[in-house]
Amino acid sequence: MHPLAARSYRRLRRLDRRAVGHWRRSLQFRVVGTTLVASVVVVVLLGLVLLHQIADGLLASQRKSAIAETTAGLQYAQNQLSVLGGSADPALQPTLLEIGRFLSNRGGSGGQYDIVLQPSTGDLERVAPADIEITIPSDLRTLVNRKLRQGYTYAREPTAAGGSAPTLIVGAPVSTGAGLFELYYVFPLRNEADTISLVRQTLLTTGLVLVLLLAGIAAFVTRQVVTPVRLAARTAERLAAGLLEERMAVHGEDDLAKLATSFNDMATSLQRQIAQLEELSRLQRRFTSDVSHELRTPLTTVRMAADLLHSARADFAPEVARSAELLSDEVDRFESLLTDLLEISRYDAGFAVLDAEPTDVRSLAVRVIEALRPVADHSGSELVVRLPPELVVAEVDPRRVERVLRNLLGNAIEHGDGRPVELNMAGDADAVAVTVRDFGVGLRPGETSLVFNRFWRADQSRARQSGGSGLGLSISREDARLHGGWLQAWGAPGRGAQFRLTLPVRHGEVLTGSPLPLEPVDDGRREAASAGGGHVG
Amino acid sequence: MRGHVLVVDDDAALAEMLGIVLRGEGFSASLVADGEQALAAFRETTPDVVLLDLMLPGMSGLDVCRAIRAESGVPIVMLTAKSDTIDVVLGLESGADDYVVKPFKPKELVARVRARLRRTDDELFEALSIGNVQIDVPGHQVVRDGEHISLTPLEFDLLVALARKPRQVFTREVLLEQVWGYRHAADTRLVNVHVQRLRAKVERDPETPEVVLTVRGVGYKAGPP
Repeated sequence: MHPLAARSYRRLRRLDRRAVGHWRRSLQFRVVGTTLVASVVVVVLLGLVLLHQIADGLLASQRKSAIAETTAGLQYAQNQLSVLGGSADPALQPTLLEIGRFLSNRGGSGGQYDIVLQPSTGDLERVAPADIEITIPSDLRTLVNRKLRQGYTYAREPTAAGGSAPTLIVGAPVSTGAGLFELYYVFPLRNEADTISLVRQTLLTTGLVLVLLLAGIAAFVTRQVVTPVRLAARTAERLAAGLLEERMAVHGEDDLAKLATSFNDMATSLQRQIAQLEELSRLQRRFTSDVSHELRTPLTTVRMAADLLHSARADFAPEVARSAELLSDEVDRFESLLTDLLEISRYDAGFAVLDAEPTDVRSLAVRVIEALRPVADHSGSELVVRLPPELVVAEVDPRRVERVLRNLLGNAIEHGDGRPVELNMAGDADAVAVTVRDFGVGLRPGETSLVFNRFWRADQSRARQSGGSGLGLSISREDARLHGGWLQAWGAPGRGAQFRLTLPVRHGEVLTGSPLPLEPVDDGRREAASAGGGHVG
Repeated sequence: MRGHVLVVDDDAALAEMLGIVLRGEGFSASLVADGEQALAAFRETTPDVVLLDLMLPGMSGLDVCRAIRAESGVPIVMLTAKSDTIDVVLGLESGADDYVVKPFKPKELVARVRARLRRTDDELFEALSIGNVQIDVPGHQVVRDGEHISLTPLEFDLLVALARKPRQVFTREVLLEQVWGYRHAADTRLVNVHVQRLRAKVERDPETPEVVLTVRGVGYKAGPP
């Protein structure tokens, strides 16, 4: 394709696409477009019918008078020729000329018509106007000289002024003793043509104006409907954006006013419900906060008293000393349970705030590992740690991530049955992942999502070791979610369990993948690495 | 090491218990139950450390904190029932040096109080500078462009810690250990808020710091001397 053509083709395509887009998006555009097309079709059809009718009428009256004129002329020619003898009569040619001249003159000096007198046989000359070359169409001639019938046709004939004009040609056979002659009346239709052309012009102009007017009216009418609808859409958008005070203006009592009224009612009802929910949520938060304060203060006193007793237990009788120990331990448990409950209720109230800052996740992990090393040593689990050599900086809330890691590692040690516990970390441009693996009894199918349920325990009969609240993983999952991250579990009976935490490097970005597989690839089942364990995060 | 502690807490049982624990550790303690009395007691007893509950009847803990801070640089340790960022940060921004979240262990509290009482009175003469800021360590004086800047002891310690090793990048954890005396890692928000407070005082434009620089993802370091 020629480059210029290609360019204009592309431009056309673009224009076309834009028009299609408009067509799909704008009601007004569509209504005006449809009206335009429909009215063009109607106007064209109507115009054609009208033009046809007018032309027919004009021509019919012209034809009628032409035929009458011809019949009269025929009579005259018949009479003139019948007085002559045979076809050899020397007066025949002059008579023909005379008839031609007479009939022509009868038409008046305006040249209303021209006469052609054509002998069908013999070597006589035809009589025709000298200044123009008139050719009688052959099918009319056939009609006249073979079938001997009168007939007419329309044809374009040259005019005296030059050029050509539409004409009506009426022909009739003149059958005499001197032979067969054909008499043709050639009526120029100049006036009729002018009239028809004027009518056509008028129709065209009127049609065009009519179409444009209709399109304009359609645009105007749809605008009246579309404007309030668009206003409603815009108001709805603003409402959705949280501007709950937004309302539509109500004018009059028509359907659009009804739309506006209903819309406003809806907005008011929404606003009321949102306000109610907000109030409930605020109360919930207040309650959480109050409970927090009210419970924590006495708990602090109890805790200090218990510690004081605990540190002085050497001076007590054995039973009292043991009681002091139990008191101290249980206060610990009570405290961790309370902390977890308050944390989860903070999530439930939607009050959890992410305090993200660029943090080296690796050093968080190191800190957690060091803190839990005594616990691991106690239960006999070796900690196998594989961290990347470089900094792994991500925009995270260090307290929450540390809590998640502490939870995962603590769980793994608790359920690891004294076998090694692995912690892997990897980071790429978009995400940081930490997996924590134990080689304990493992999770049964379906349990990978249950583990995140509140107070869920893998084995009810299992003795508790660390005395966790049963909320740790639920909170961890909420923590991951708050970061826009994932916390997922994998497990298989006899193969242990693995938890994977994946966090986006930049706060607010959506995760698309994780740098580490969810299923460990340690025992030759690499092909299944990507399967299993639904997204929980 | 022994010092006087002013305990401001509206919960009588907790205040009494705090008194018992503090006295058991060799401190002397005065107890005050509300915010209005707190200021008077502060002026009267001139404590070495203030333990301040943030939720008080009358004057709020934050207001008491600001009022004390306006008069003196005495170490203030907040007692708070909330560990939410907004509460902690508000407290620190009001002038508190450290905080403990209820329910705390007595040892934890005593460690915090001790850490605040332990003053670095080592060198005879040490003069440091970062940019146009001169630090006279034994004299506890900070001067910028000939103008004296008033810092709390903790802000001073933070600045000195950074200035002593000009090229070293300090992680928040290291600063928590060196300046606050935390053995185990604690809340890094303490560092963030105090760096902000310090910048507000020593920087010409706290938005574009020249004295205390942030090393993204790692921590802080002193600006060029």
